[in-house]
Amino acid sequence: MIYNTIPEGTPLNGKVPAGPIEKKWQSHKASIKLVSPANKKKYTVLVVGSGLAGASAAAALGELGYNVKVFCIHDSPRRAHSIAAQGGINAAKNYPNDNDSVWRLFSDTLKGGDFRAREGNVYRLAELSMAIIDQCVAQGVPFAREYGGFLANRSFGGALVSRTFYARGQTGQQLLLGAYGSLMRQANTGKVQIFPKREMLDLVVGEGKAKGIVVRNLENGQIESYSGHAVIVATGGYSNLYFLSTNAKNCNASAIWRCHRRGAYFANPCFVQIHPTCIPVHGDYQSKLTLMSESLRNDGRMWVPKKQDDKRPPNEIPEEERDYFLERKYPTYGNLVPRDVASRNAKTVCDEGKGVGDTKRAVYLDLSDSLKKFGLKYIEEQYGNLFEMYQRITGEDPYRVPVMKIYPALHYTMGGLWVDYNLMSNIPGLFVLGEANFSDHGANRLGASALMQGLCDGYFVIPYTIGDYLAQTGAGKLSIESTEFKQAEKEIQESVQKLVGKKGKKTVLELHRELGLLMWNQVGMGRNQKSLQTALEGIPQLQKEFQENLIVSGDANHWNKDLESALRLWDYMELAELVSLDALNRAESCGGHFREESQTEEGEALRQDEKFQYVSAWEYQGQGKTPILHKEPLEFEYLKPIKRSYK
Amino acid sequence: MKNCNFKLLVWRQKGPQEPGKMVAYTVNDISPDMSFLEMMDLLNEDLIKKGEDPIAIDSDCREGICGTCGLVIQGLAHGSKQKTCTCQIYMRDFKDGETITVEPFRSSAFPIIKDLVVNRSALDRIISKGGYVANNIGGAPDANAMPISKETAELALDASSCIGCGACVAACPNSSAALFTGAKISQYAHLPQGSPDRKKRVLEMAQQMDKEGFGNCSNHGECEAVCPQGIKISHIAKMRREFFKASLL
Repeated sequence: MIYNTIPEGTPLNGKVPAGPIEKKWQSHKASIKLVSPANKKKYTVLVVGSGLAGASAAAALGELGYNVKVFCIHDSPRRAHSIAAQGGINAAKNYPNDNDSVWRLFSDTLKGGDFRAREGNVYRLAELSMAIIDQCVAQGVPFAREYGGFLANRSFGGALVSRTFYARGQTGQQLLLGAYGSLMRQANTGKVQIFPKREMLDLVVGEGKAKGIVVRNLENGQIESYSGHAVIVATGGYSNLYFLSTNAKNCNASAIWRCHRRGAYFANPCFVQIHPTCIPVHGDYQSKLTLMSESLRNDGRMWVPKKQDDKRPPNEIPEEERDYFLERKYPTYGNLVPRDVASRNAKTVCDEGKGVGDTKRAVYLDLSDSLKKFGLKYIEEQYGNLFEMYQRITGEDPYRVPVMKIYPALHYTMGGLWVDYNLMSNIPGLFVLGEANFSDHGANRLGASALMQGLCDGYFVIPYTIGDYLAQTGAGKLSIESTEFKQAEKEIQESVQKLVGKKGKKTVLELHRELGLLMWNQVGMGRNQKSLQTALEGIPQLQKEFQENLIVSGDANHWNKDLESALRLWDYMELAELVSLDALNRAESCGGHFREESQTEEGEALRQDEKFQYVSAWEYQGQGKTPILHKEPLEFEYLKPIKRSYK
Repeated sequence: MKNCNFKLLVWRQKGPQEPGKMVAYTVNDISPDMSFLEMMDLLNEDLIKKGEDPIAIDSDCREGICGTCGLVIQGLAHGSKQKTCTCQIYMRDFKDGETITVEPFRSSAFPIIKDLVVNRSALDRIISKGGYVANNIGGAPDANAMPISKETAELALDASSCIGCGACVAACPNSSAALFTGAKISQYAHLPQGSPDRKKRVLEMAQQMDKEGFGNCSNHGECEAVCPQGIKISHIAKMRREFFKASLL
């Protein structure tokens, strides 16, 4: 891929409605078209993915009377990775009376994302956040409560108020089970049909509009086509591109990548989030990393020994010989700085040789003070399951010595398919929700905002905006016997046949690890022109290795995990190039994207608004070809971009 | 701790209709910090390189919350460690040289797809009959309009923390899904939100449970012993009281 000259396409318009920011969504809803109750049953909507965004969208659309088909890669929709979200969900309820408001949630989120998100979208998210909590409580989601019976809140990074609702360390699970319940209720009425164990391998576009999908049945290898009037993709992010991440093993980028190959623009791919509080890597056999909820930073303090290579156990290092580096550098926010800031600082102290543990790539997260202050019962109630998890994985008991070793890891991707204010991609009829789109978090997502966005998109945005599309187009479905479907099926069959029975020397897992390591080292927490060029030169070599030296076991007509992984790996290899190219193009630092060439004297991220105040949306041009860059200029009418400071 | 060697006896079955059998493998130089599934990954890598068919296993989050993985290890669903999911078992818990048996979650309601992978969609069908509050999205009152005591919320969360793995079914001599179903019914029976349709819920979910071919509960308590979330059989008692009330009144 040629990366020194990037072809530029026409600028994009996010179609954010005009008018005062607090009225935009209201007036937009009033102006968009409706589908009558009698006509809704004539439309079929295909929903790919059953996490918070997909399940909530499918349930909501089923309730409205649309015919919905849901596809998930798991054996049950309840297993989508939203289930693993621990900490909580934000909402501007201001229940604690600490001066929270829609405006504050909006401004924290926009600032947290380092002014690389659309004002209108972020405001809508903040505005709808409260209805999500009402909805979830009405569904019987057992959020944490105070003794008086009202809902409890806690603090998360990047905010000076307590607006996070939670259910122990399993908030994502409880919210997903709520949405899954609503989904299963619709399945029982027949309005929603569920297709488990299906992996989306292509988007079918007819007359320029999204008309259907082609999936592979993971149980028997059958290639199946489904036709609909609109397609919703809610398949999450692409952190597993880096191999080691906190994502579940089956999370993958194939659905969004294949939409991209069919013409959907991919926005801000280089914006990935590296979460500060994960259990460190401990061996080269490791299959994934485990997150320890950010909520631990409410009561935990991050530190390293002041001396390099200090081998003493943490409890033997006296107070004055410890560097509480976040508290030292950011007295206002302290341990509750946003994730990108905490991660980068953990990396810096480890680079300085102060890292702890066998690998020296870890810092301490210390809950001793809180344990002394609040007692065992409090800590157990707040973090019991996290402590147990830490003990199971590391074999060390944090109740005995409440000092855990942590290190940043890939966790979330802010980038994703480009969508307009209606959450529709540049392909009419293709809607993208949740982590799979790029819309709300800019260059860095604040804690407890992913769940908020997933449910906001699914429960309260798509039920309105999809009607506008369907009412306007009135388009018919495309037959699955049409050439568009048949051609897509044929291409998939061929790519599957090319893979099965490959008799090289390298396994899919080995090659994926190599790709991940290259990306982590060159396109990780710190990036520079040289490292990005190294990545862009290294990836084609791995692609060559894939084509010439891969081994894939089994056959195409049975359960074959190896084949599944091989199909996904090739998509990662193409996406990796785009992530690196986008990072190279964006020669500024913002949020999680830290270009070492662009930093302040104090080592903080330095944005370059005059050059880069835009969304990068990439248009696919074919394998190995340089994609076209479309820019969506970002305008800030209400909150002027300021230097992000948490000091 | 030094690295260890193990013998494995693993259930292999090509497809739903084909006969299965235990097959022996050895794995060497296993780090005690490796998870059980990482050890299985390593074995599969070996098999792939040798041109043999790798062992079919399903797993996803690998942090004990999604409920995808689930193996019977040494005769116990999710292994011998209490309140622990298969993916959270580490090799430091086994003795060097030990022979480890690995089997799928067995139940006639969970047909085997391949090797260690079973189909648990029967559990989804039970939920579809009432494992929810039957109100539509939109129009919910303010979340604090209905205070719920902390104790009640905690009890509901205990029940609702079920991950739907099906270990309770695999461990039960009757292949009963009473703990799974009971936990869901109990969650909503504790909460005021579940009140309007509580009778319908318990009757229809219990009926679906029977229809799927799960057995009845005869209070063995094996389910509670293997539950990775530590869900108590008191939720089964709660379900029974709900069922009794709903049938009589």
